[in-house]
Amino acid sequence: MQAFEYAAPKNLAEALVLLEQKGANARIMSGGTDLIVQVRENRRDLELIVDGKKIPELMELSYDSSEGLTLGASVPCYRFYENEQIEKLYPGLVDAASLIGGTAIQNRASFGGNLCNSSPAADSIPALVAHSAVCFIAGSNGTRKVPVEDFCTGPGKNVLEPNELLVSFLIPPPAKNFGAHYLRFIPRNEMDIAVVGCGASLELDDDKKTVKHARISLGAVAPTTLLVGEAAAELEGKQIDNGLIEKAAAVAKAAARPISDMRGTKEYRVHLSGVLTRRALQKSLERAKEV
Amino acid sequence: MAAKIQVTANINGEEVEFLCEPRQSLLEVLRDELKLTGSKEGCNNGNCGACSVILDGVLVNSCVVLGGEVDGCKVETIEGVMGPEGLHPLQQAFLENAALQCGICTPGFIMASKALLEKKPKATEADIRLWCAGNLCRCTGYDKIVRAIIDAEAKLEVNK
Repeated sequence: MQAFEYAAPKNLAEALVLLEQKGANARIMSGGTDLIVQVRENRRDLELIVDGKKIPELMELSYDSSEGLTLGASVPCYRFYENEQIEKLYPGLVDAASLIGGTAIQNRASFGGNLCNSSPAADSIPALVAHSAVCFIAGSNGTRKVPVEDFCTGPGKNVLEPNELLVSFLIPPPAKNFGAHYLRFIPRNEMDIAVVGCGASLELDDDKKTVKHARISLGAVAPTTLLVGEAAAELEGKQIDNGLIEKAAAVAKAAARPISDMRGTKEYRVHLSGVLTRRALQKSLERAKEV
Repeated sequence: MAAKIQVTANINGEEVEFLCEPRQSLLEVLRDELKLTGSKEGCNNGNCGACSVILDGVLVNSCVVLGGEVDGCKVETIEGVMGPEGLHPLQQAFLENAALQCGICTPGFIMASKALLEKKPKATEADIRLWCAGNLCRCTGYDKIVRAIIDAEAKLEVNK
């Protein structure tokens, strides 16, 4: 493997100084399940790896009923699918966390790392978007907030400046009668990359039939994860049933603009976008009614 | 070349100090520096699980952990599995059930299933198959491995 330095700063300020010094030649590492492999395969040149796991803000996992969930960028997946409260309040996140790689990967990989890696097929991103997560970014010039759907700008590219790092996600507390789901299609049962992924969430009125608010997000069908606002608009203010779900799925399907690659053709991915949107909405509805 | 990092870690119950290059993975440190060659290099990219070890109580692929990261941590490898009375019930069950042919995946499977049974002593067959999805075996077809883990689970339950 190419030579690089390794630093494990104990606080945010130290990490920001390192990023300021090394700029684009430094990279924050959480679980390292993407980064170490990329460096080993010479897909990325680096002078410094900055381990995020000793920085308290990057490892924070806490819930507040008014603010919501603070999920540190380096918190490994297993920490939140083993958390009953999170399982109940943020089911879409748990769906995604429990299908990224296998057990050993989930014990290291984080949602923050998955987002910063900015793969179009990332499993965590549509789930975070469905739950309206916002990124908290720190840099030597100050802090800023960016909604997850606006974070990635292309495959492997995102809004982070070389002197900035992703600190955490803030995910609002779920409203009353809220349900969410993430699912993907892969040709195997486990350990694969999404051909298409879909995250959805629904908030129902007190009648548990009228859709107050919806979010539908598709992965692996565009250079970045899509938030399909027009599919959600198809649902909002209307009484939900299978017919309405079919209509929203058709709109989501029309929004997909995938490429053909080794994992699937363009036509197959377009078809899957409709199928997965329907299934994600059906499960979200089931969960919204359960609460 | 980057300066070497000094690391102190508890490896299989023993305090061990070593120097490593920042670019060395935990797997490379275990095999090349500490001569613990039980953990195997398969894919070297986190897919096959042949390098599975238990790091601070959780199962990881040691090929995608840096050696420098384990300072102050506890690492359990296949070399630490056998107890003073002999083979661990999982090791015995793998032998009795012929759960290995070439043996390259075996240390990884034993570490993975050990981590599972410590966490979930009554794991079902479905739990075992899902948990071990990150461990690949190209010889056995998996069934004998799953039978061995179920067998070891029963033995561990009796020994309690």
